[in-house]
Amino acid sequence: MESKQEIVRLRVNGDLHQVGVPTHFTLLETLRYALGLTGSKQGCDKGDCGACTVLVDGTPTLACLTPVWEAEGRTIVTVEGLATADGPHPLQDEFDRNGAAQCGFCTPGILCSAAALLEANATPSRTEIQEALSGNLCRCTGYAKIYDAIEAAATRIDDSAQDQAK
Amino acid sequence: MKSDKRLIGTPMRKVEGLAKSTGRAVYTDDITLPGMLHGKILRSPHAHARIISIDTSRAEAMEGVHAVITGQDMPTTYGIIPWTPDEYPLCVDRVRYIGDGVAAVAAVDEDTALSALDAIDVEYEELPAFFDPRDAAAADGSTPYVHDARKEGWNGNVTKMVQLEFGEVEAGLAEADVVVEDEYFFEGTTHAAIEPHCAIGQWDGVNRMTVWSATQVPHYLHRELARVLELDQAQIRVLQPLVGGAFGGKSEPFDLEFCVAKLSMASGRPVKILYTREEVFYAHRGRHPFHMHYRTGATRDGKLTSVDAKILLDGGAYASFGLVTTYYSGQLLCAPYEMPAYRFDSTRVYTNKPACGPKRGHGSVQPRFAFEVQIDKLAERVDLDPFEFRRRNFIGENTRTINELRVTSNGFLDCLSSVELASGWSEKFRKLPFGRGVGVAGSTYICGTNYPIYPNEMPQSAVQMQIDRSGRVAVFSGASEIGQGCDSVVAYIAAEELGVPLEWVRVLRGDTDFTPVDLGAYSSRVTFMLGNAAIDAATKLRKMVQEAVAKTWDVAPGEVLLAGGFAVWAQDTSRQMPIAEAFNVAESAFGTLGATGWYNTPKDVHGEYRGGTIGASPAYSFTAHVAEVDVDVDTGIVEVKKIWVAHDCGRALNPVLVEGQMEGSAYMGFGEALMEEHIFKDADHGRAGLHNAPSLLDYRMPTSLDTPELESLIVESIDPEGPYGAKEAGEGPLHPSIPAIANAIYDAVGVRMDRLPFTAPNVWRGVEQARADGTLVKPAAPVASPIAAD
Repeated sequence: MESKQEIVRLRVNGDLHQVGVPTHFTLLETLRYALGLTGSKQGCDKGDCGACTVLVDGTPTLACLTPVWEAEGRTIVTVEGLATADGPHPLQDEFDRNGAAQCGFCTPGILCSAAALLEANATPSRTEIQEALSGNLCRCTGYAKIYDAIEAAATRIDDSAQDQAK
Repeated sequence: MKSDKRLIGTPMRKVEGLAKSTGRAVYTDDITLPGMLHGKILRSPHAHARIISIDTSRAEAMEGVHAVITGQDMPTTYGIIPWTPDEYPLCVDRVRYIGDGVAAVAAVDEDTALSALDAIDVEYEELPAFFDPRDAAAADGSTPYVHDARKEGWNGNVTKMVQLEFGEVEAGLAEADVVVEDEYFFEGTTHAAIEPHCAIGQWDGVNRMTVWSATQVPHYLHRELARVLELDQAQIRVLQPLVGGAFGGKSEPFDLEFCVAKLSMASGRPVKILYTREEVFYAHRGRHPFHMHYRTGATRDGKLTSVDAKILLDGGAYASFGLVTTYYSGQLLCAPYEMPAYRFDSTRVYTNKPACGPKRGHGSVQPRFAFEVQIDKLAERVDLDPFEFRRRNFIGENTRTINELRVTSNGFLDCLSSVELASGWSEKFRKLPFGRGVGVAGSTYICGTNYPIYPNEMPQSAVQMQIDRSGRVAVFSGASEIGQGCDSVVAYIAAEELGVPLEWVRVLRGDTDFTPVDLGAYSSRVTFMLGNAAIDAATKLRKMVQEAVAKTWDVAPGEVLLAGGFAVWAQDTSRQMPIAEAFNVAESAFGTLGATGWYNTPKDVHGEYRGGTIGASPAYSFTAHVAEVDVDVDTGIVEVKKIWVAHDCGRALNPVLVEGQMEGSAYMGFGEALMEEHIFKDADHGRAGLHNAPSLLDYRMPTSLDTPELESLIVESIDPEGPYGAKEAGEGPLHPSIPAIANAIYDAVGVRMDRLPFTAPNVWRGVEQARADGTLVKPAAPVASPIAAD
């Protein structure tokens, strides 16, 4: 069966990509299977688990429910785009240090939700963290180590912001 | 616990931790091979039916379809337990549940594969189906059994019956001052790992088959692939990328693994199949629903006299691990309390639903729920605090259970004290206002099984280790990293023993072509067995390095310490050399440096009765929980405020990973207690046997907003045979979650919850019944004053 393909222009992790995909592709399928950005995961393909969460114009978005054409022209950041040339994002480092990723499959989506939270709220409370992650299922950790990691990262980001301000 | 170890026992990162948090970690579906086709499996819409005919000609004629296979292409049964192979990769003549596979296709893309499934014509003759295990157990053969009876006159629905009796059960009940007798029901639940099952097959066109799979058991998959595909094991390579959660749900071969291999042979192209989330629910192998009946006796001063259990297991359509589950339903209950007499009578039956199997705490979470509630009821009847009742029945360490399992280290009393103190129990039990309560429960679990799934005398776990001139250590490990951290455990051990920084250890893993056999990630066996294998290999290498360096320094080998990246003379630490230099000295002395290490279990520590080997483990972990709950009697809503978890893990090799297992276990048990139900429609509510909610939205499991606060309290008993004294932590800590919550609900409002789950409607019904009975009140505190334990 031939499916209709078209070229979509996507700005992902700072790069502008032009890629031909079937017109019914989701953003997740395009990231994973057309661009090779396999960090974003598919756990359910219907918006229930949050493993596919990416940032679209800074907002946590379920890539499996987003038709790729709706993402055209927007700024997309995936888990691969959180790190910089200087090294991993403090969240990524603290997830590692705190054992917040067991199997690691929900981790990319949770990191994107957490990164958006810290952008909007540098010192979130435990309740605010729980609310920000309520769309991301984790089956391994019971969430406890994830909270620890986000709080540690928030402290580090806040400290370095204060250092820069001095 | 004081330790002479430098790294072991300290918080450490995982070897693959940063790869997981940066998106670099590779899981099976992240792999794309050149020319790879997409496979899909056609599934039965009927719960029970004969296959009259399958016509694949329209699908085969479609452009882009490269191969179509049916059950006739692989007419060999398989099964994880060698004595009960009862599944075909694709059904040959009969389908046994809605979702059973009947045909598979490989096509150029997913859309084409799905269209090809639509073009396969299957003619079925529907058969009456069994959904209730009580009906299946009572069947008389007037309609076809789920599986044909193995002998004329037998009930073909019965997969396994186990009746074992230890001591004088009826006499023990007769002499008891109190006997508590009740029915319990544990609803089925599923694993719901976030990664769906996925596999890729690649036939080289001549004689070699490579299969990548998200499996917990690459070795057993390897064996079953060879049998079903009629290839030699030497022709097959199984690769295991990182696994995105498993919990028992990936611990046996599944249809997709056989199908990708066969489709690749048929098409000459690599083929991938990724289950949809709905298919994961059909594949299932989750927690069996249990109907349980317990009679438990105790003396007036709170000593157990006898336990009698009758259990019916709802197995679903296939055997899976069911033989073991049936034994485990009784065998794993005999600690941490001393039982003077014990009997269990367990029957597993087939039903026309997705097959049940092992889920975290295999076969023992269900009876533990019932039994710990029984204990709570007995304690109340004899006017004892439930902690005190448990202490009075403590089985002790270095002992045998009534069913003759050997118990070595046992930190259960410390677990009890830890949660009692941390939770503020004495200020809360029977003292909190109506609507709020606390409950306690305890448990034990195995650290692997002394007998492997297929009988053999070979090591259960092994590693190869090599050290090179750069100072690096390479560990070749066949153990299954499913998120629990086993790749890190071997790295910690290598770094500890060989004195290199953790970052210098490379773990090469997940490939049956170059790693020695480890049997898989199940029965909480990995840390114990792999850890001992790694210590064995690392010790051999360490001794060579010590000996070679000692010779150059002209000192005794035992005086050479390897630590922190250096070889150091113990008598004068200013005498040292970088570890890489020490490795060069050793390589000069002994040649290229490599060692294998292995572990095998003790085989002489079980009862000499049929089934006596099942449940026998080299060591047992112990756990206690306290849960604190709020119960709203107007709505039936239960809110768990906090769970305190104390777990005897022997020794915490890395406390971060141990706490992670404890918290994850408590969370998972909490979900089963309050929310999760793997249930099926009846004919009045849709198609009978159709899964009620095969999605992660409708199968309710806890989000961050649902999950209570969890407090982990590590207890170390230093097991004499565990690696550095370690035992398991991955499954034991789940068990008490559920009965602790049930007992807390009783403390809160006086309502006994003997049936899972404790959803608002179920609790509300219990509340209404208690209201009608006049028992909706705070239960009375024990009158007898607790006697402190030694």
